[in-house]
Amino acid sequence: MLEIYLLSILMILGAMLAISLPNLMAAVISMGIVGYSLALSFMFLGAPDLAIVQIIVETMSLIILIAAIIKTTEEDTPEEKKLARIPVYIGGAGFFAIFLLMFVRISGFLPGFGHPALRMASDYIASGFEQTGAPNLVAAVILNLRGYDTLGEATVLFAAVVGLVVVLRKTGRKK
Amino acid sequence: MVYILPIILFLVGLFGVLVKRNLIKMIISVSIMDYALFLFFALIGYRGEGMPPIELKGAEHVKFVDPLPQALVLTAIVIGLATTALLVGIAVRIYQKYGTFDIEKIRKLRG
Repeated sequence: MLEIYLLSILMILGAMLAISLPNLMAAVISMGIVGYSLALSFMFLGAPDLAIVQIIVETMSLIILIAAIIKTTEEDTPEEKKLARIPVYIGGAGFFAIFLLMFVRISGFLPGFGHPALRMASDYIASGFEQTGAPNLVAAVILNLRGYDTLGEATVLFAAVVGLVVVLRKTGRKK
Repeated sequence: MVYILPIILFLVGLFGVLVKRNLIKMIISVSIMDYALFLFFALIGYRGEGMPPIELKGAEHVKFVDPLPQALVLTAIVIGLATTALLVGIAVRIYQKYGTFDIEKIRKLRG
């Protein structure tokens, strides 16, 4: 329990560093703090599948970002001390405060920590192993019990990859 | 109340998206918002002294954590990687055309 608090606070500090550092490479490394701490907290929360996937995905996204920075520039755009920037900061702080207040208002409706609602999942836990024959219930849910969800998400993934190929290809249409 | 921590992380990312002017910083902030949501889902599904939902022979009556949020997050992580890659690709293209990541200068150099 204490580990979750410590890792969450570490993630918040890493996120603040990632947003405020003036060097883009250092900011990307600070984003790595957030991602790998997330993988560790998945381990503590009883989700080893998520931890494995998160480590792989975090490594790949760091590689993508670092490759992009090496190809372009390392320096953040300098922050201008202009009067016109003040409303932006006030708006950002306002969003922060309003969202936090709204969350505190609705947090009473959430199930308490350590006591999840388990509306759908109690059926899955009771009969999922016999129905699917899979020893891992998470794999059983994504590939069998909720297979159409996974099909939809695979469609989104395909759309994103096609968009990336279209954006990054070298040759355009001939005139 | 442990749920407040991922919300604060999400809001830090949202603040970055709203305030920063550098495209790479905005992409990093969007990724941080992603991570905050994943952490929130994992916390929602946690059960006190729960085991990972994997069947073990000989240990029949153990408490499992909720497998449904984990299944949702597992696909969402991969989608997050794909969207990050798409955003970085667009940002690199913009840099090749305009020579800057500053969103205000990109707007001024239109045409």
